[in-house]
Amino acid sequence: MASSLTVKIWRGTNEGAFSRYDVPRQGAQTVLDVVTYVQRFLEPSLSYRFACRVGMCGSCAMTVNGKARWTCRTHVAKVAAEGEELEIAPLSNLPVIKDLATDMTEFFDKWARARGSFQGKATRHDDFARVAPASPERAAANAGIECIGCAVCYASCDVVAWRPEFLGPAALNRAWTLVNDVRDDAQTDRLRAVAGDAGCHACHTQGSCTERCPKQIAPTLAIAGLKRKVGRAAVRGEL
Amino acid sequence: MKSSHTTAIAQGIAQARRWYWQRISAMVLALCVVVHLAVLIYATRGGLSATEILGRTRGNWAFAAFYAVFVVACAVHVPVGLANIGREWFGLGETAALWLARAFALLLLVMGLRAVWAVVS
Repeated sequence: MASSLTVKIWRGTNEGAFSRYDVPRQGAQTVLDVVTYVQRFLEPSLSYRFACRVGMCGSCAMTVNGKARWTCRTHVAKVAAEGEELEIAPLSNLPVIKDLATDMTEFFDKWARARGSFQGKATRHDDFARVAPASPERAAANAGIECIGCAVCYASCDVVAWRPEFLGPAALNRAWTLVNDVRDDAQTDRLRAVAGDAGCHACHTQGSCTERCPKQIAPTLAIAGLKRKVGRAAVRGEL
Repeated sequence: MKSSHTTAIAQGIAQARRWYWQRISAMVLALCVVVHLAVLIYATRGGLSATEILGRTRGNWAFAAFYAVFVVACAVHVPVGLANIGREWFGLGETAALWLARAFALLLLVMGLRAVWAVVS
């Protein structure tokens, strides 16, 4: 007979409680598999969010046994040994819509506020930009470019919890990739947008974002880079 | 709306500038603290009395200059962090945090330089 896994899942909004379920335990079972099993067979009204199931879309992040994780690529065996319980809650630092689904509006609005969109200066009449892949700027941009927007870093950041206006690791990491994009034409505006306490200077370099990022990106490094760049520009009167 | 946005940007730039000076003063402090501790350990290894200390520091202007730099670096470095603590832990507004920081900077500067003056003069 297959062993059973006890799982506690958050029901409700920011107010609510955990409900317990017993789910058959299987080899190579992911946390997302467990949530899906509960929704299909035990609790049809359970709300959660997922799309690709292969770690590309960034929509299935949840708090698993106290830590934010991408659930589709987190094996149960990694977070709960045989006989241990699983506790699944929505991501922290975001309003809960229902059960495990959070409202990510503010998270993505902050990307926009950090000037996280590319603004080019070339027209169709210009030649292609030539960017050496080994140049320091391109290497720095490449290091942060694979972000899938799962908000694991944002949910893990204490500064976001203390200062709700703080742009957060993901938005600042995005800004850093564009600061290093030599084709981008909004550099001064972007440095202004990420300056100060709502931006990079509020970061305490605690590094939870970097430790928890499922894509092994280092937003801490990106933020440190922004601090240097913005600080220098501010002192030189270039902002 | 436009003006509050401009204020936010101006505040951000001012904070970025303060961060820069905090970092520069941290570099000075790192050097000062190492020299301070090394001299302290070296000088007191055989025991040291107040008279002996004053005998060495009185009229020693190199000593005075070193510790004056130390004090100034503290007065630059500490208030920036203090304002952050005020904002983050006690929910102070920007103005209140800055005045707290300025007052503490003045206190550090006056007490520190007074102490330096007391051992060299």
